[in-house]
Amino acid sequence: MNNTRQTADPIVRYRSISKTFGDLTILHEIDLDIAPAEKVAVIGPSGSGKTTLARLLMTLEEPTSGTIEVNGELLWHKRVNGRLVRADERHLHKMRGNIGMVFQHFNLFPHMNILRNVTEAPIHVLGLPREEAVERAVTMLEKVGLGDKLEAYPSHLSGGQKQRVAIARALVMRPSVMLFDEVTSALDPELVGEVLAVIKEIAREGEMAMMLITHEMDFARDVADRVIFTDGGTIVEEGSPEQIFHDPQSPRLQAFLSRFRAGSGKEVMR
Amino acid sequence: MSLFDLFPSLAKGAALTVEVTVLSALVAFAASFLAGFGRLSRRKSVRALTAVYVEVFRGTSLLVQLFWLYYALPLLGVELPPLAAGVIALGLNHGAYGSEVVRSAVLAVPRGQTEAAIALNMTPWQRMRRVILPQAFVMMIPSFGNLLIELLKGTSLISLITLADLTFQGMVLRTFDASRTFEIFALVLVVYFALAYPLTLGMRGLERRLTAGRV
Repeated sequence: MNNTRQTADPIVRYRSISKTFGDLTILHEIDLDIAPAEKVAVIGPSGSGKTTLARLLMTLEEPTSGTIEVNGELLWHKRVNGRLVRADERHLHKMRGNIGMVFQHFNLFPHMNILRNVTEAPIHVLGLPREEAVERAVTMLEKVGLGDKLEAYPSHLSGGQKQRVAIARALVMRPSVMLFDEVTSALDPELVGEVLAVIKEIAREGEMAMMLITHEMDFARDVADRVIFTDGGTIVEEGSPEQIFHDPQSPRLQAFLSRFRAGSGKEVMR
Repeated sequence: MSLFDLFPSLAKGAALTVEVTVLSALVAFAASFLAGFGRLSRRKSVRALTAVYVEVFRGTSLLVQLFWLYYALPLLGVELPPLAAGVIALGLNHGAYGSEVVRSAVLAVPRGQTEAAIALNMTPWQRMRRVILPQAFVMMIPSFGNLLIELLKGTSLISLITLADLTFQGMVLRTFDASRTFEIFALVLVVYFALAYPLTLGMRGLERRLTAGRV
């Protein structure tokens, strides 16, 4: 079922991406392609570099070496006389329009009500007329089940509601790639379901490529076209959800999954 | 003899005190933001330059700064009227403290806010203007309130460069009748308090208004 997707030009292409902080290697020579509309789940122990993978693509962190392409264009670099130089803010601004991200800790704007959280960027970044931005925002907030909270401030919402607002806020920008960075890790267990349900629905509709960094294995299995297992800054194994969860090849993935099943989730992963 | 015969000259002095406070506060406010952002600049030269300003004005006496502007600058050929010297010295001095308030408030906005703004593709200016500053400004208010009251009380120093402010008028009244020293200075204290307390209330009101609905 992935055939068409893999022959299409990838929307995202990591090429020997490395990231180090001082002596610490977070990512080592990562190669990874994501096809348009492909849903890729990234699993792995904490500190395995999976979050950094997303942060590099969102331009929140700069790769130490290697390149990333989005839509066939270099993200972090520009070619000047055949040499790669670091791109300026203008180039990053242009490229970021393709990418959206939802964070573990929501990062809603606490000084804006819900509606403004979701209309701020469409109005001031995309330049939409206010009415159109509001219409888009309301439609999206209704979709995530928060159509009745437009005037509320983030501090009045539960964690699950905040995260759904954050999802709506990212979606109204209509990115071609969405990054979900452990979006349920900061939530009370009883609120995880509502957020995952929203993401599943978006994934079902989606033209959008998605990178889902998660500790929720059932969710990864349900949503992803492909699952990537990272450990120690490298991609150790990748494959379809069936392959990864039912027929893991590498001892490290086998150990990871059995630890996970034994502890049924989070407490083991912390 | 009642207290009332003291009022006219003290009121005149209080008016000048208020005038100098307002003008100096405007200078201080501008200096706070310029220097506060200067210290956060990506350019090392800008950071160094603002650091020099802040440390010089924080590290030396306000009274001497005042004397320097009023008595020493003329020797270099720059003659400032006393009001200008007072406003500049008070404004720059308190601006140096204010710049630390601006800097630390901007840094106190969680990193995640900037990251969310980047993820929404806001420009650096939009991030500052729409996301960081509105949150930082609320944090600055209590400290700015303190500085403003400090500034108001600091204006008493301008009486030493010939300006007839509230303190100056008190001193003059006392030279007429030293036996009334007690009531004169008591009254001067009361007037300072009457000027300062509304500032406290005003800042509190402003803070409440800016955080309305958020908490």
